[in-house]
Amino acid sequence: MKNMLPKNGRFGEFGGKYVPETLVPAIEELAENYLKFKNDKGFKKELDYYLKSYAGRPTPLYFAKNLTKKVGGAKIYLKREDLLHGGAHKINNTLGQALLAKKMKKKRVIAETGAGQHGVATAMACSCLGIKSEVYMGYKDTIRQKLNVFRMNLLGSKVHPVKSGSQTLKDAINEAIRDWITNVETTYYLLGSAVGPHPYPMMVRDFQAVIGEEIKKQMKEITKKMPDAVIACVGGGSNAIGTFYPMLDDDVEMIGVEAAGHGLRTDYHSATLNAGSRGVLHGMMTYLLQDKEGQIKETHSISAGLDYPGVGPEHAYLKDTKRVRYSSATDDEAIDAFLLLTRSEGIIPALESAHAVAEAIKIAKTRSKSESLVVTLSGRGDKDVEVVEEYLKKNVKNSR
Amino acid sequence: MSRIQDKFKELYSKNEKALIGYLMTGYPNEKDTVSAIRGLIQGGADIIELGFPFSDPLADGPVIQNASTISLNKGTKLEKFFKILKQIRRETKIPLVLMTYTNILYSYGYDKFLSKVKRLGLDGIILPDMSIEESSEYLKAARKNHIDTIFLVSPNTNKDRIKRITKATTGFLYLVSMYGTTGMQGKIQKYTINAVKNTKKIVNGKIPVGVGFGVSSASDVKRFVSLGADAVIVGSAFLRLIENTPSNKIESRLASFTRQLKQATKS
Repeated sequence: MKNMLPKNGRFGEFGGKYVPETLVPAIEELAENYLKFKNDKGFKKELDYYLKSYAGRPTPLYFAKNLTKKVGGAKIYLKREDLLHGGAHKINNTLGQALLAKKMKKKRVIAETGAGQHGVATAMACSCLGIKSEVYMGYKDTIRQKLNVFRMNLLGSKVHPVKSGSQTLKDAINEAIRDWITNVETTYYLLGSAVGPHPYPMMVRDFQAVIGEEIKKQMKEITKKMPDAVIACVGGGSNAIGTFYPMLDDDVEMIGVEAAGHGLRTDYHSATLNAGSRGVLHGMMTYLLQDKEGQIKETHSISAGLDYPGVGPEHAYLKDTKRVRYSSATDDEAIDAFLLLTRSEGIIPALESAHAVAEAIKIAKTRSKSESLVVTLSGRGDKDVEVVEEYLKKNVKNSR
Repeated sequence: MSRIQDKFKELYSKNEKALIGYLMTGYPNEKDTVSAIRGLIQGGADIIELGFPFSDPLADGPVIQNASTISLNKGTKLEKFFKILKQIRRETKIPLVLMTYTNILYSYGYDKFLSKVKRLGLDGIILPDMSIEESSEYLKAARKNHIDTIFLVSPNTNKDRIKRITKATTGFLYLVSMYGTTGMQGKIQKYTINAVKNTKKIVNGKIPVGVGFGVSSASDVKRFVSLGADAVIVGSAFLRLIENTPSNKIESRLASFTRQLKQATKS
């Protein structure tokens, strides 16, 4: 399974390239250049340099002893992607793609963003590499994540609020694609998750695979063996595929955690793999949250980064082949995990990552002390403290 | 021969080019969609292209996006599209084409959808997000049900690819005139002129070439016809007109605008 090059851009029957004809030359040019530079020594060396001295790689693998003790059971390790520059794993991908854009001599980079993390990481990478960037963001998200809009502006990126459709991440992707169609000859589209038409799901996975590769190495150093299980949250699924991919051939249990929002039985969740059905959106065939006639549904999660009605096609494939188990955590469970990790370890996780922590807490209890679980902490939670404060005011959970 | 092929043959013998008018199902509402279609037919449109709204119309500009949102918010379902199709087919033999996005057909099931619309009198389908690489199941179902598959080419599509797309296309080939989404306005660019000439040359008479995206006036129509287009497709301009027209005037105003456009297809 290693180094899987999707055949015809597909993972099993998922993926592909369902795009307007104007974009076909652009994604073909991208695939060609990516495959060329991916194995180019100079490119690799340059990317490694930026990952190390600009972004802060490798990130530590931390044994969460207090959390482990509190939960009782398997040892919980945290892969600290939250310590990266910008506060999330997103920079692994934006540095890789921005460097590629530069090699392709593209003068202008566009991106979409949900919560703003990918937008910020794009603005940083482009500023560092001297490329002009513009970011599409759902109007509702620009209100929810005002601070990130300001950060992007400070970093020299122009933010376009998107007022069409549901005014969230999926609409920001639509608008970025429309911009790309209009400016296809000069513009590089820097997609932020392992979604979209081929080659994006493969390329974003490869740039994020550094997470799983480091986990393997670090676990061998610390425990002399592979972890028993790895756990990561899944929205589009880039930190999860980056975590899983290097270990797919190893005897490691894998769990992806989706956002169950108010519960899978309600209409307010984003658990695409748990509750969705197959369909075509944003250039790919994958699982989608849609109605009976194929109209895409609006989603909900307390964490804006998981609030997306689709999922990366490789996850759809890994679900159907049963290599990865996809569970979910509700808003309430994510908040509980957020509080428990913050108080026991002094680490404030992103609400997205708190979904993965919630699953780790659930299963660690049922496992023996000799087992070890690795949770990818995809980002830090500073951006979420306002949302958590509001939630706590409403739900009076301070007493816990 | 399909109704679309027959229509092009008939126009050829009259030395005319085809005017294709686009409208959105359920915009501004069901009743007015039917009035608008009747207006287009009265005004002399040769083919009617009916859009069905999708929640995420990523190839469309603001005008069609807005019409899609309004239509969906009013509760437009496929049942409504089927009903309008059946009604129009009872009134006229004009070729009817559906434009929507892949997921609508995929979700219904390609074969099930195509056999259903065939029975109701549909002639062709345009899916702007369906690339030829992903089209085998769709093509199979379309051939089986005798529905024309109208694919799109763009100014940046290379010669070899235009040939491959032409092979998968029946009815007519849809040339996207510019880099951009539907409904953009502005001067006709040099690259557009080259694209029309180039596409016509490569297609070499195997199939008619229709030019769309940003065609909004009689003078645009005239220009594209003089460049060699076999058909012109006007969409957003009709929707903009509907937006500013009271319900009881839609049929007559669209008929008179259509007449102007149709006149420009006669050389």
